[in-house]
Amino acid sequence: MIWESWDAFWKMGGYGLYVWGSFGMTLLCVVGEIWLLRRHRQQALLTLKRMKAWASTLESETQ
Amino acid sequence: MNINYYASPSTFYPLAGKLIPWFAGLALILATLGLYISFFVAPTDFQQGEGYRIIFIHVPAAWMSMFIYVVMAFWSAMGLAWNTRLSFLMARALAPTGAMFTFVALWTGAFWGKPMWGAWWVWDARLTSELILFFLYVGVMALQAAIDDPRRSDRAGALLNLVGVVNVPIIYFSVKWWNTLHQGSSVSLTRAPSMAHIMLWGMLVMALAAWMYAIAVALARARSLILERERQTEWARAQLEEKP
Repeated sequence: MIWESWDAFWKMGGYGLYVWGSFGMTLLCVVGEIWLLRRHRQQALLTLKRMKAWASTLESETQ
Repeated sequence: MNINYYASPSTFYPLAGKLIPWFAGLALILATLGLYISFFVAPTDFQQGEGYRIIFIHVPAAWMSMFIYVVMAFWSAMGLAWNTRLSFLMARALAPTGAMFTFVALWTGAFWGKPMWGAWWVWDARLTSELILFFLYVGVMALQAAIDDPRRSDRAGALLNLVGVVNVPIIYFSVKWWNTLHQGSSVSLTRAPSMAHIMLWGMLVMALAAWMYAIAVALARARSLILERERQTEWARAQLEEKP
């Protein structure tokens, strides 16, 4: 272990704000992108479901 | 092998679905290893102390920002040349991820510049051209969102991507062509890297992780885009049966 303590690890030799500000924002971006991706997929599936339901009602009405 | 077979969205969709977990898993393993090297193996820098550790995010993100743009321009060119739907979709699927990496490169650059240069931002050639890259990504996404007809939207975006690719060599060579506050590249193909081996390894592992992540995310986005595009077809409706 190159760090003397966890406290030293979080302080990053006085650069804590800059190091954790960088890594933290990166994590936020990655998590945010994955969240948006899931939402995109769910919305695409929801649209498909609605269109399918709509198509089957049309079919039953014309019969 | 018939290239058109794989170029068809209905073949690509299940294939991408099978590949995504592999790329995502590799990304997770490589990122864990890369972060471990970044924080627990790589020693303190003799000039920048612990502050230099931002390099393990900053450089891979900057590489990805440029590389994704080139790949996006490649798919745009393929789409325009062969009129293949999947090429346009791949270009479209890459844009948000490229924008994300560009933003991360700019953000981490600011957080590195502040303690080392004394400024969050300077209008230096490297920083400015990278900012333009961010605007190009956002611009193409906005342009494509503004055009309702999907075919026209695809072609307009692809054209902008091709024009914008001129910016990538400008970013890359900016530190050579102009006097910049930003340092020159520490890693090049023609000479030995000017940094400790373990730091270089940490950076390369993080870059590989970013690669795997970008592929997984772009494939997943392409799948959703296909579902949206093909929503009128029986094929797309059949995808509702298998949920994941």
